[in-house]
Amino acid sequence: MTSNPGKSGDLQGLALPCAAGIGLKPQHFRDVLQRRPALGFFEIHAENYMVQGGPFHHFLGRIRELYPLSLHGVGLSIGGVEPLDEAHLDRLAALAARYQPAVVSEHLAWSSHGGVYFNDLLPVRYDAATLARVCAHVDRLQQRLARQVLLENPSTYVQWHGTDYTEAKFLAEVVRRTGCGLLLDVNNVYVSCVNHGRDASDCIDELPLHAARQIHLAGFTEDRDAAGERLLIDTHGSAVDAQVWELYRQVIDRTGPLPTLIEWDRDVPSLDRLLREAGLALACLRQAAVSRHAADLELSP
Amino acid sequence: MSLVHDVAPSVTPAAAVQDDFAGPLLDPALPCPPGLAAWNGSDPARRFAVHRNNVVSGLIDALADTFAVTQALVGQEFFRAMAGVFVRRSPPSSRLLVFYGDGLPDFIDSFEPARSVPYLADVARLELARVRSYHAADAEPMTGAAVAREISRLVVGDAQGTALLRLALHPSLAALRSAYGIVSIWAAHQVEGEVDLAGVAVWDPEDALVMRPHLDVLVLAMPPGSARFVAGLQQGLPMLAAAQAAAREHNGFEAAPALEALLAHGAVTAVERMTSNSPRGTEP
Repeated sequence: MTSNPGKSGDLQGLALPCAAGIGLKPQHFRDVLQRRPALGFFEIHAENYMVQGGPFHHFLGRIRELYPLSLHGVGLSIGGVEPLDEAHLDRLAALAARYQPAVVSEHLAWSSHGGVYFNDLLPVRYDAATLARVCAHVDRLQQRLARQVLLENPSTYVQWHGTDYTEAKFLAEVVRRTGCGLLLDVNNVYVSCVNHGRDASDCIDELPLHAARQIHLAGFTEDRDAAGERLLIDTHGSAVDAQVWELYRQVIDRTGPLPTLIEWDRDVPSLDRLLREAGLALACLRQAAVSRHAADLELSP
Repeated sequence: MSLVHDVAPSVTPAAAVQDDFAGPLLDPALPCPPGLAAWNGSDPARRFAVHRNNVVSGLIDALADTFAVTQALVGQEFFRAMAGVFVRRSPPSSRLLVFYGDGLPDFIDSFEPARSVPYLADVARLELARVRSYHAADAEPMTGAAVAREISRLVVGDAQGTALLRLALHPSLAALRSAYGIVSIWAAHQVEGEVDLAGVAVWDPEDALVMRPHLDVLVLAMPPGSARFVAGLQQGLPMLAAAQAAAREHNGFEAAPALEALLAHGAVTAVERMTSNSPRGTEP
């Protein structure tokens, strides 16, 4: 495979294929370049690459020549009551310009407030004022980057009394008003539904699936709430749960195959272990593609 | 500020919801925010605790990533307790967590329970310098031969010129001074398994040079005075003046070993000759 780092224009236009990808981890940089595993794409957390130079940029540049990239922000605080941090937007725009990602995504959550960065995806209350604010922030983000962004549904542990929307309806409204896409985190749907006593299939029904452009899958850990009910924590430190795989198959049966990321951010395993997990996702995607094709054939005269 | 909410559930205005939520995340003395609910009527405080734990543990984990040797020196339990105090007192203001912990070495200096490990803060400073060096801007190092050629060219026919030579140094270069053997302590921990400091010259002062000319961060132990010398170079002093400044503070300081280290490891990116009124970096 040849590459020409002098022509960044060559990198443009690479869409995320409807295949499986994994998060790019520094401990796998060299392994990835040597082995060039058969993956659809890599995803990076934008904030990790907001540094001046060094190995992160060195390796990302080389890996980007070989694979499409998903740029996933974790620190913009789109759900925050404070205005978006324009300096942070500038950094994000610079990364997007440099690496030409196929998609850029962020979270329906807040993480900064009153001058403190909490390093956690904190929940928003689903009310009309918050909806207007989130939409204004998504508009600003899309305007600054001059592209559509994807917004990820969160894992939540608490709710507020007297909210105006369910999470899914809130997201559907953000998508409708801003034209953003949905990054559908199937693990988050499952975690939130268990945590709030809802049926995951019903939640999926309410979500704006037509706008889904990418899927995230991850592992959770299990705790108990004050009443002894299951309380799932979105920890990204283990394999994808069987129930989440099942929900994933349901989703792509409806949406058709979508680019699917395996997220594994703590206790990061070997590249081989991640590739095996990605292989499971790819098998589901192939199955969904076959079913679709069969359905199309039956429908055609 | 949240006051006591009475039975009639007055709904907090959207703008205040995050004030209510943010405060108790880092302050365990504050109660769970008002207005929270659980589908099964269970106490939402237990659920809110997930976020409290995510925030505090997540930030301690970030510190543990940067300060691995610091943690090894005092043990995980002590380190996490100390880091927890620091996190609550000095939470990050930047969304770029990679440099969170700039304030930890100074905090360690003032942290009474850590007094029995007097070199702890300096080892933390070294670890911080390594992370900064790793992510610093890139620059092309000059080979020793290229530096020698450039020096000859700049001082040809002008014996006084050598006193005006200065070096541009790699952006990843940092120099630290310590009253302890910080490099030896740090190096002793770069092995798997149990570390024995018995054979390590913990109490012999070492300066440290940290740099990343290419992909790997180098940590070099240097004689006292070297850090002062390098700091002088980084401020734009000519080599001779930087060496003199270091010698004034450290009797018998010799610049040659530090210069050799800088040249051998690719820490020099340009040689300049200072003219009487040339600002830094402008060269004929």
